[in-house]
Amino acid sequence: MNDLDAEDRRRFEQLVLPHVDAAFNLARWLLRRREDAEEVAQEALLRACRFFRGFHGGDARAWLLQIVRNTCYSWLEKNRPRELMVEFDEELHPQAVSTPESMAIANEDRERLSRALESLPPHFREILVLRELEGCSYKEIAAITSIPIGTVMSSLSRARRQLHSALTDSSQGACP
Amino acid sequence: MRCDFADSLLHLYFDVELNGRRAAEFERHMRHCDRCGTELVDLEMLRDRLLLAQIYEPATASLRRKINAALHAAAPTTTASPPRLWHWLAAAAALLIVALLLGRVGPEFHNDDYQADLAAEIVDAHARSLQPGHLNGIASNDARVVKGWLAEKGTFAVPVHDFANDGFNLKGGRLDVIEGRPVAAVVYEGNGHPIDVFIWPTRERDSPPRTGSRQNFKWVDWRKGKMEFCAVSDADPVAIEQLHHLMNSSW
Repeated sequence: MNDLDAEDRRRFEQLVLPHVDAAFNLARWLLRRREDAEEVAQEALLRACRFFRGFHGGDARAWLLQIVRNTCYSWLEKNRPRELMVEFDEELHPQAVSTPESMAIANEDRERLSRALESLPPHFREILVLRELEGCSYKEIAAITSIPIGTVMSSLSRARRQLHSALTDSSQGACP
Repeated sequence: MRCDFADSLLHLYFDVELNGRRAAEFERHMRHCDRCGTELVDLEMLRDRLLLAQIYEPATASLRRKINAALHAAAPTTTASPPRLWHWLAAAAALLIVALLLGRVGPEFHNDDYQADLAAEIVDAHARSLQPGHLNGIASNDARVVKGWLAEKGTFAVPVHDFANDGFNLKGGRLDVIEGRPVAAVVYEGNGHPIDVFIWPTRERDSPPRTGSRQNFKWVDWRKGKMEFCAVSDADPVAIEQLHHLMNSSW
């Protein structure tokens, strides 16, 4: 980590550290577990630091997120390869849950949305997080994920459709 | 009833990825299309729901602490080993290979990023069309039917011919979106391989064919009579060239 001299470190703190939230959020949704996300996000940040001399300006968030997603996928390949193959996780398919009335509706919906999002394949989850939570443009998503813009567009519409139907399934019976 | 716009342009419109003219065009379409209107409301509701539920998860305090500690650590960490010579050699070799490949695949293209991006988009569109369940068009071997369908659904006229006598059977046509603009695709089958010919209007002058490849697909791109054509397939490049000649002499 101390490969960087004082000047580089100052630039790193200024340009990259503001995007630590984005890094953690993406890792959290790709890996689904906060403990793992923390470990992998940290590893990605260390990597970013090591490669920082290779960053010649431009969009620091996209640059960091690209490293985060690659680190996440390598980690998944090593630790949970099955997840990269499943098209739709049946175990995580959101079920209608009956919650105590005292629970706030917002919390309930948050839980339902989280489970629905987690039930999608990783590349759909990723693209939804980047678009809906990070507000990335198609061009930025293409840069981060290294997939062509046309594929970003078609994946996004399919991801949204799947999320929508996962949510519809989960709400059946729960709220008429 | 299905709506072709709903699949191709709706999400682009919703995500503010259409330019002013195309957005206005889509808004005109939406006035008459209930399906697009409903879907747009659904998309907005979904986005609002994600925002309201606050599912964005910012970094934990402990992650921030660890990063700061690592950044200011005095001793080198185990993960930060200095790059070894062979790493650099490997990287240099990889770059050389890429450069050689680029030079070989498309000598006219390597300083024309836009054309290369476009070719990549077209190959991806072709690959997408081969996915099961991807059908957004008309299946017919009657050139007049395909031409009529494309003229009705699209915004420009497209030349369609059946070259069955020359070994290219017309299979149909469909509409797609490449870099945010609508294109028509005429679908042929030659020797068991699907061949897509993407066609769209251009303001550029006629140009001789340029060729290239991406993944397992080869493409030939040419312009004639204010139209641009790009044939793409995993078929033998000679067959794609032949189809290009047939189309070129009939347009």
